[in-house]
Amino acid sequence: MSTDNAETGLNIKELLTEFPEMSRTELRDFKKGIDETFKGFTREYGEGIENFFDPLLAILVWFEKLVVATPWPLMIVILAALVYAGARSWPLVIGTVITLLIVGYLGMWEDMMFTLALISVATALCIIIGIPLGIIMSKSDRTQAVITPVLDIMQTIPSFVYLIPILMLLGIGKVPGLIAVCIYAIPPVVRLTNLGIRLVDKDVLEAADAFGASPRQKLFTVQLPLALPNIFAGVNQTIMMALAMVVVAALIGVQGLGSEVLKAVNNQYLALGLMNGLAIVAIAIVFDRVSQKFGKRLQKHSEVVHG
Amino acid sequence: MADNSIEVKNLYKIFGTNGKKYIEAVKNGMSKDDLNAKHGHVLGLKNININMPSAKIQVIMGLSGSGKSTMIRHINRLIDPTIGEVIFQGEDICKMSKGDLQEFRRHKTAMVFQKFALLPHRTVIDNTIFGLELQGVDKKERHDRAMHWLSRVGLDGFEENYPNQLSGGMQQRVGLARALTNDADILLMDEAFSALDPLIRMDMQSILLELQAELHKTVVFITHDLDEALRLGDQIAILRDGEVIQQGTGQEIVLKPADAYIADFIKEVNRGRVIRVDTIMTAANGGSSITIPTGSRLELAAKLMVESGEAEANIIDDAGNAIGAITLKSAIDAMVTPAVH
Ligand SMILES: Nc1ncnc2c1ncn2[C@@H]1O[C@H](COP(=O)(O)OP(=O)(O)OP(=O)(O)O)[C@@H](O)[C@H]1O
Ligand SMILES: [Mg+2]
Repeated sequence: MSTDNAETGLNIKELLTEFPEMSRTELRDFKKGIDETFKGFTREYGEGIENFFDPLLAILVWFEKLVVATPWPLMIVILAALVYAGARSWPLVIGTVITLLIVGYLGMWEDMMFTLALISVATALCIIIGIPLGIIMSKSDRTQAVITPVLDIMQTIPSFVYLIPILMLLGIGKVPGLIAVCIYAIPPVVRLTNLGIRLVDKDVLEAADAFGASPRQKLFTVQLPLALPNIFAGVNQTIMMALAMVVVAALIGVQGLGSEVLKAVNNQYLALGLMNGLAIVAIAIVFDRVSQKFGKRLQKHSEVVHG
Repeated sequence: MADNSIEVKNLYKIFGTNGKKYIEAVKNGMSKDDLNAKHGHVLGLKNININMPSAKIQVIMGLSGSGKSTMIRHINRLIDPTIGEVIFQGEDICKMSKGDLQEFRRHKTAMVFQKFALLPHRTVIDNTIFGLELQGVDKKERHDRAMHWLSRVGLDGFEENYPNQLSGGMQQRVGLARALTNDADILLMDEAFSALDPLIRMDMQSILLELQAELHKTVVFITHDLDEALRLGDQIAILRDGEVIQQGTGQEIVLKPADAYIADFIKEVNRGRVIRVDTIMTAANGGSSITIPTGSRLELAAKLMVESGEAEANIIDDAGNAIGAITLKSAIDAMVTPAVH
């Protein structure tokens, strides 16, 4: 009886320490199956998908060329004007101009322009897709329940993981880089559009209903304008996250400050890495300050005040 | 003039996932508390029948939670009834299609809210044009019409302000102007003046009465304040726990409260401002030099008699014929003595 006991004890111990995993061959076939299926999919549709993104490539290339070809003094004037239009703050305009001059003087002007172009196009893309998605998400709890986990995954999955299928489908280049940036950067604008619309004062919505607003009128005259400060906070975060992705985008062939950082990492060039890294930080700070000031201006009248 | 009366018929509202299921139980006398405790549904309204007269002010009064807001929201169907009808110009609002309802709300009704519910991102003028904008009225016309009503409620010069730059009283004037600009037959006011200070509130009541004297809209006015109800209401319905417990003119309610609950309610009322001379006048005797028009309140009659030093006055009709008489003593008696019932 005692030996019997010892034997079962041993079995249980084995069961607890060794995970009952799939057999090695099964596992290999399983992974291979997935890989083969996706490769098949790529062979079948890769070209079509690439063609589908051609317009995007054309826009990005056109915009890069435009930004790089614009004479630097004109570019500085344009950027200063944009900063003023957004923030209405002279200190910020002066700070921006000085930053641009320093970055240019240190030989990073062209790379900065490439990065600016990428960020601008990526942000525009995120807004164009993200806001409508956020609106749909706000319409019903069910769509929210479906979209939220997807956004969670997009934000938490290591970006290298989704680089693999993007690379398999589209290869190295600007478009896959842009898509990788967007996947990482789009969640905030979607989330905050949804949240902003859901937070709109119920009383004001009821008033719109009472005056006979159609769903469309309600969206454009009440919900979106009142959600705007939140939507804008989302856009701000999206820009920051896009900037955080420029080095990863450089991995799959996007030119700019990120690719210089990558070069520095590969060759252990401390100064080069530091300079380009700090240039990215400088752009981020400018974007952040301008968009925050702009967001504040949007908010000025939006609080409901009773009594 | 068109008949703009609103008829509420056999209206029941039970809040919850399956209100219809409990209609029979409620009809058979299940109380609000029982319904909530046993079935988790809330009885909002029970067997409401009110004829709201055309071009008059119908007041709906009751304490918090009695179902006033629920009631008024059935008229523009912000709330769907469980069963029942709301008839306006021969049509049951509760059966309208989505499109018809939208048109009805745009053109036939306008609403003023307790918490104002202005659009905070829009200026005063842009708030005021809101209804016309939804209707698709062209820019110039809606601007002109809105300016007219802003001026009528005393907001000249504030057009470009934002709501959060205005006091509560002024915000509610914007709310009123927004509703009036719609030029709808029905004006719905849910505790429109409850959030305002007493003086500003009196002011707004005066504005409403003044405008109503020329506009003749069918006004449905919600309040929990008896003085306000008596001052504004051509007709008053009193709600308790979702049921109408008395309806009639202010005078009828003050003179003949239907039960102890209402009697308690009206105890503190200034009766001189409610009871009319016609109610207590005796046969005409022509024995006085001063005259008081029919329909005057006792307070006014007493004041006129005291000022002229007479102890008696003649009541005259619109054509100037004497139809009765009143003494100072009887007037004061009626003002201080609770009516016997
Ligand atoms: N959407 C809802 N779901 C459940 N119960 C509700 C709902 N709306 C109102 N009620 C209930 O119906 C009853 C009447 O509410 P209503 O808002 O009509 O009262 P009221 O007379 O307007 O009160 P107040 O003076 O506080 O505004 C209350 O018991 C309330 O809790
Ligand atoms: Mg209410």
